[in-house]
Amino acid sequence: MTTNTVPETQATPTGAMLRTLGLVSAICGLIIVSSYHGTYTAVQANKKLATERAVKSVIPAAKSIAEYWLAPGGSPEIAKGGDLPAGTIKFFAGYDAEGKLNGIAAEGGAKGYADVVRVMYGYSPECQCINGLSIVSSRETPGIGDKVDSSKSNVDKDFMANFKALDAKLNADKTALANGIKAVKHGTKTSPWQIDAISGATITSRAVANGINDSAKALLPKLVPQLDKIRSKS
Amino acid sequence: MSAQGVNTWDQFIEGIWKQNPVFVMVLGMCPTLAVTVSAMNALAMGVATMFVLVCSCLLVSLMRSIVPKEVRIATYIVIIATFVTVVDYAIQAVSLALYDALGAFIQLIVVNCMILGRAEAHASKNPPWIAVINAVGMGIGFAIGLLSLGVVREILGSGTLFGVSLFGEGFQPWVVMVLPPGGFFVLGGWLLVFALWEKRKQAKEAAK
Repeated sequence: MTTNTVPETQATPTGAMLRTLGLVSAICGLIIVSSYHGTYTAVQANKKLATERAVKSVIPAAKSIAEYWLAPGGSPEIAKGGDLPAGTIKFFAGYDAEGKLNGIAAEGGAKGYADVVRVMYGYSPECQCINGLSIVSSRETPGIGDKVDSSKSNVDKDFMANFKALDAKLNADKTALANGIKAVKHGTKTSPWQIDAISGATITSRAVANGINDSAKALLPKLVPQLDKIRSKS
Repeated sequence: MSAQGVNTWDQFIEGIWKQNPVFVMVLGMCPTLAVTVSAMNALAMGVATMFVLVCSCLLVSLMRSIVPKEVRIATYIVIIATFVTVVDYAIQAVSLALYDALGAFIQLIVVNCMILGRAEAHASKNPPWIAVINAVGMGIGFAIGLLSLGVVREILGSGTLFGVSLFGEGFQPWVVMVLPPGGFFVLGGWLLVFALWEKRKQAKEAAK
């Protein structure tokens, strides 16, 4: 760089550069860490509130909610916090005022038209059916795909009617769902485990169905035989 | 520079009017087009960007004498990224719904060229108070830009303003306005309005 043709303008010594970068990083690090700690409780409280709201929207009768983890081959345990171990399934149990189980809620997700559609569904052990749906997150087209979202003003009421008693019975030896939950073209629903898709938003409807099916397929065969363990609030 | 009678008002008004980042400089189009589907989102994005802009410009200006020019861009980016992280946490703490609505565009404030442009072209050459005044003006200008898109898109695309229904049940929303093309339509419309305005002003001055 310092060829003799170019007169040397004051070259910055390496030390000065390192010092400045170090100083800036230290200041910025301090700002980030303090803002993380400053907002931590509020963020966690917000997240908890959002989850509770989603769970309560699919188990409206629930007075209190508990988060459970179900490890492969294990029994449901109250969530310990921190990261979910691999293979473990997370679900929520809703209890009434007397502490009796009145519904299960779990999250699922599948690829929709724009991005993954994340859904929360409610499962009722009494009717062995899915009786609630709420959209956790989606980027589906406004006015078309977002009609599956019951929090939107333009929600398709006929579509939501699918989730009053969507069949999710297990087969005779309780190893799998008796019938997979599936979206069918608008107006061709014949069985209680089928979801009547929204006309014009078949892909989004299918994503909702697949999200529920994948999650229910994994959770229910493991959970239903052990339901008695969480019947009353511990 | 400051000693030669820098007009504070001019510094402030520059970003709001003469050099408006959205309508005059056409900078930071990524959030401008993407998050302005509703007035609330637009306002939140405008305020978040303004906070990052003001804090970054203050820090850049305070450090302007000790930052060697070889590493200045790296320094600015670290400073900007820091305040974006702060905003990211702050929005999560305020409202998760808003955080989900703004999505990746909060993190993308880091690469908003308006902020790096201000740090490089203005804050690094001016004393802190002038840098802050200028940044506040620019921030307000940016927020006004976003808001004028957001208001139009929300009214036409959803029939609401800040979530309040305006037209009642009979209104058929103009869905294209909340889809990506709507952003371009409305931006084009506003640019047209400002261009006509400017042309008229020039014609008036020529007539004098």
